[in-house]
Amino acid sequence: MNEEQIPRRGRAAWFVYPSLVLLTAIFLFPFYWMVKSSLVDLGSIFQPTPSLVPRNPSLANYVTALTMFPFWRFFLNSLIVAVLTVLGTLLTASMCAFSFSRLRWQWRSRVFSVVLTGMMLPFFVVMIPQFIMWRFLGLTNGFTPLIAPAWFGGGVFNIFLLRQFFLAIPRDLDEAAVIDGASYARVFFQIVLPLSKPALIVVGLLTFLASWNDYLAPLIFITSEDKYTLMLGLNMFLGGYTAQWNYLMAATCAVVLPSVLIFLVAQKYLMEGIVMTGLKG
Amino acid sequence: MPSSSIQRREAAAGWIFASPVILGWVIFVAGPVLVTLILSLTDYTVGGSPRLLGLENYRRFFTSADTSFFASVRATALYCMLSVPACVAVSFGLALLLNTRIRLRGLFRAALFLPVVIPLAASSVIWMWLFQPDFGVVNFVVRTLGMRAPQWLASERTVIPTMVLMNVWLTGNSMVIFLAALQGVPRHLYEALEVDGGNAFHKLVYVTLPMVSPTIFFTVTTGFIAALQAFVQPAIMTSDAYHAGGPNNSSLLYVLFIYREAFRFSKLGGASAAAVLLFAVIAGLTWCFFRFSRSLVYYEGGDRT
Repeated sequence: MNEEQIPRRGRAAWFVYPSLVLLTAIFLFPFYWMVKSSLVDLGSIFQPTPSLVPRNPSLANYVTALTMFPFWRFFLNSLIVAVLTVLGTLLTASMCAFSFSRLRWQWRSRVFSVVLTGMMLPFFVVMIPQFIMWRFLGLTNGFTPLIAPAWFGGGVFNIFLLRQFFLAIPRDLDEAAVIDGASYARVFFQIVLPLSKPALIVVGLLTFLASWNDYLAPLIFITSEDKYTLMLGLNMFLGGYTAQWNYLMAATCAVVLPSVLIFLVAQKYLMEGIVMTGLKG
Repeated sequence: MPSSSIQRREAAAGWIFASPVILGWVIFVAGPVLVTLILSLTDYTVGGSPRLLGLENYRRFFTSADTSFFASVRATALYCMLSVPACVAVSFGLALLLNTRIRLRGLFRAALFLPVVIPLAASSVIWMWLFQPDFGVVNFVVRTLGMRAPQWLASERTVIPTMVLMNVWLTGNSMVIFLAALQGVPRHLYEALEVDGGNAFHKLVYVTLPMVSPTIFFTVTTGFIAALQAFVQPAIMTSDAYHAGGPNNSSLLYVLFIYREAFRFSKLGGASAAAVLLFAVIAGLTWCFFRFSRSLVYYEGGDRT
């Protein structure tokens, strides 16, 4: 990078660094306070003057919190739901994106613009009929209501994102393959998908986090307790352990940890995904 | 002719590959919207047989002795009006700070973004503890500074502002979007201003703001649409979801009102009517925003029609 491209921002550093350090400290403080509170006993929680560092830290709250509510059961439920949601989304959203970007058919753009209307639609407008439908089908005691939509296109927004990506792949590749007699399924699975790994990773990650973090859909569609996801479990715990903040913070910590780990590992892809979502407007 | 058979084969493949979302649109979008519209005209309850009421459900919102509809509209308006400007301003400010030539930028950005990735249900529990009136750390600081400690989530006057404060902590998404927009502003525009003797303030007002105005616009629009559908915070922080919205309906956000009508009082007809109103408001807002965007926003590359 040559000298000219470096902006003259030297004068601002005295202001920028302290502000950023202070803001970062404020933004991270809730995490610190959660961890700190999860390591102390109930007596320390109710001290009039809280101490910044835990005195006699112990993991006893975790043992209690993770055994008093079926944490691992809920964890497994959340994992099953999230993984099946991601698989469904990756398969069907990319199939649809493939059709809308690389296959030529007469009604394509009209169908695509009709389907796009689903993007703006608030969930609350379709919630009640969906609830009635799942109840009627007797499926509210399982994971189906949470997973099924992902296998029907996996959200218009993901199709939109993948379509943008597919449009940038040169057409010569698949046209040559088709002329050589390859089926469209083969073009899709062996040419387009392998070239689209970065976009698929972004969609997969965002879908996983959205499913893992979702509270509303499980709250409405899941009625039997052994099918609760982690978020419903946390909510249940919250109702049962009012004011026992040491246990609550241990449970919250355990719920938060997987999301934080995913973020630390896949930060780059997540931020790219967010920027892509922002550029659609 | 072989070429037309290829075309037919391609068209068939097109429909087959698009079939999941076409079916999905019918099952999860169009069908339910239609059913919601119809239900909104009935007194349908879970397991009951519906009776046609006409517009009675809608009329009831405005004339009934139960004022919870108005309370929810009021709470939602306050929530949106406070939250959207605060979040846009803070995320833009954070992006400006990060868009300087500093060390450890990735680290700062990651730390400021982190709150977004954790489940909202979990962060709501964390904030309940931080803002707990008697033993929470926030009120400890407030008392140490010699001020009177507010009741935060437990008071009608402060419950919504407390949630807005939490939203400011959750602005990482817009921050990252703004940062990308800021990095797209061509340097030569700043340099031109420097030649003319412009200072940092001039750069912000005459270059940065016009250049990122489409992004500000996008953030405000999506922010409003999201704020109108905010559910998790009051549903977790003010009680269990059935009884949430307190104290005294002051945090009964609109979608929580829909949820409560539907699942606590099992008035699926009335809840559908409320959902239709929400749909109308969001559709209207979206239309207005796009209508006025042309006069408010600078798009590079000339007229966009």
